[in-house]
Amino acid sequence: MPAPEQRRIIFKHIDEPGYSNDLACYVKHGGYEILKKAVTRKPEELIDEVKKSGLRGRGGAGFPCGVKWGLVDRKSGKPIYLIVNADESEPGTFKDRYIIHQDPHQLIEGTMISCFANNVKQAYIYIRGEFPHGARILEKAIQEARDAGFVGKNICGTGYSCDIFVHRGAGAYICGEETGLIESLEGKRANPRIKPPYFPAVLGLYQCPTIVNNVETLCHVKYIAEVGGEAFAKIGTPNNTGTRIFCVSGHVQRPGYYEFPCGTITLGQLLNDVCGGPLPGRKFKAVIPGGSSAKILKFGERFKGKRKVGADMVDYDWGVEDVPMDFDSLGMIGTMGGSGGVIVMDDSVNMVEALANINAFYSHESCGQCTPCREGSLWMKKITTRMVHGQARTEDAALLKGVADQIPGRTICAFGEACSWPTQSFLAKFGDEFQGYAAAKPTKPAPAVPLI
Amino acid sequence: MNLQPATLTKIDEVITHYPVKRSATLPLLHLIQEDVGYIPEEAITWIAEKLSIEPINVYEVVTFYPMFRRKPIGRRHIKVCRTLSCALMGGYKTCETFEKEFGTKLGETSADGEVTIEFVECLASCGTAPVVLIDDDLHEKVDCAKAKQLADQIKKEAAKRG
Repeated sequence: MPAPEQRRIIFKHIDEPGYSNDLACYVKHGGYEILKKAVTRKPEELIDEVKKSGLRGRGGAGFPCGVKWGLVDRKSGKPIYLIVNADESEPGTFKDRYIIHQDPHQLIEGTMISCFANNVKQAYIYIRGEFPHGARILEKAIQEARDAGFVGKNICGTGYSCDIFVHRGAGAYICGEETGLIESLEGKRANPRIKPPYFPAVLGLYQCPTIVNNVETLCHVKYIAEVGGEAFAKIGTPNNTGTRIFCVSGHVQRPGYYEFPCGTITLGQLLNDVCGGPLPGRKFKAVIPGGSSAKILKFGERFKGKRKVGADMVDYDWGVEDVPMDFDSLGMIGTMGGSGGVIVMDDSVNMVEALANINAFYSHESCGQCTPCREGSLWMKKITTRMVHGQARTEDAALLKGVADQIPGRTICAFGEACSWPTQSFLAKFGDEFQGYAAAKPTKPAPAVPLI
Repeated sequence: MNLQPATLTKIDEVITHYPVKRSATLPLLHLIQEDVGYIPEEAITWIAEKLSIEPINVYEVVTFYPMFRRKPIGRRHIKVCRTLSCALMGGYKTCETFEKEFGTKLGETSADGEVTIEFVECLASCGTAPVVLIDDDLHEKVDCAKAKQLADQIKKEAAKRG
């Protein structure tokens, strides 16, 4: 079956010739009209639209946005903060970058609608430190919007006021974790907070109720305010509504970003039809479907079980190519849709080397407050790097699994899971390659493309 | 530590963005690093005083975030992405090319003080791998040939400056 057509809602103007990131261009394309209408409605109505839309967070966890907003403590009398998570740092993910650089007003409009709906008086955009131009573009765009009365005091003449400030990170992946991000915004090390009691919706920034939403999620909110929650829920599949931006990287002919209604495209269609298949003379070997923390899939493996289609339970028997790219299907086969970052590896890749690369990332990025994660990620890196650059041993596979298995569930935040899942899944699916690495190494030619 | 008047103005402005002054720690560190080139010892006590916090509160932040550095670096800062998508497309070779071109090693500054080369983790441009951040500018699809071109350009600009 050929791949469906792309449906660009969030990326409508990305790479459009002549489209610029200034206010005039945005307004010419109908910009801020939705905000103008939204501020004439009741805030509760807007929250209701988001609930009805079924929108799930696009940052990685896929938590329903309406539910997140519903959890906010509105009775405490404390101010409510909204933080835009623009820390985009999950390896393999590169969607927010284009929104920020090319269409910043879309994000600002979505943010202001969300702020109005939740009675937020102060919002922050937490942008990763490695986007210096992005931060400047956002600051300029916010100033333009402020001058035009869309941000700041007395928005659209309604008496409602809310400002946005840009806050730059400084190179730490853990700031993408919402409680780590809050600590960082408070001027501290980004050590995630323990939940309970520190649920951001109740005890977030400055111990006040706080909403943290991903850049793409807030752009979807803008679209929901435009078309209504019910119309939005008709895009995609039940429980996986709206469009999804897939960021494809690695060994395909046409890497890049592609926006499709959720669940309407399979992994095979995405990689073969949309991205042009493997590089000449190569075959797909493995794919990580939702950012580097997601468990790896091996081409050739099959997934069987029962799933709900409408009211019925039906059997499924999928190869990797057949899996629909939605939160639920990817969850069913033991991995996740995560942040939409699809990393493809072909048969030229040695899995021990690929894992060593990933482990070096997690070891570098562990915040260090929980021992299982700090030590575990370090040892997984040391072992896999030694296998590649030093002496490899047959028993290393079991040793790695032993370390990885002791991390998840024993840490304050989900980084523990994120750093152990690659090792666990690589070993579960490519265990032979790890066990055989010591024996194969002496005759193995040096890799053309070193990974570690 | 002699900060430019423009930096001081920005510092005073950014502190007003937050109801709690301590939140301005990262913005102040960025502003000082952009002005001075690195975070000198005295910056830590200066920021602490400015924000009415203890020097340790600033120090622990400086040592936590990879982008803050305690020593001066070369005039140009070359950051090569090391993470998986870039590595799969040859990021390590790209890095080697820069090392060879400038006769220096990862994490070090070339003898003429012109460049510092570093590996950094994912720069969120995986679709155009391998990517390199030179100062504030992102360069995409930097294979060895393009790395050589970029190196030549940096050398040319350095020669022009004399």
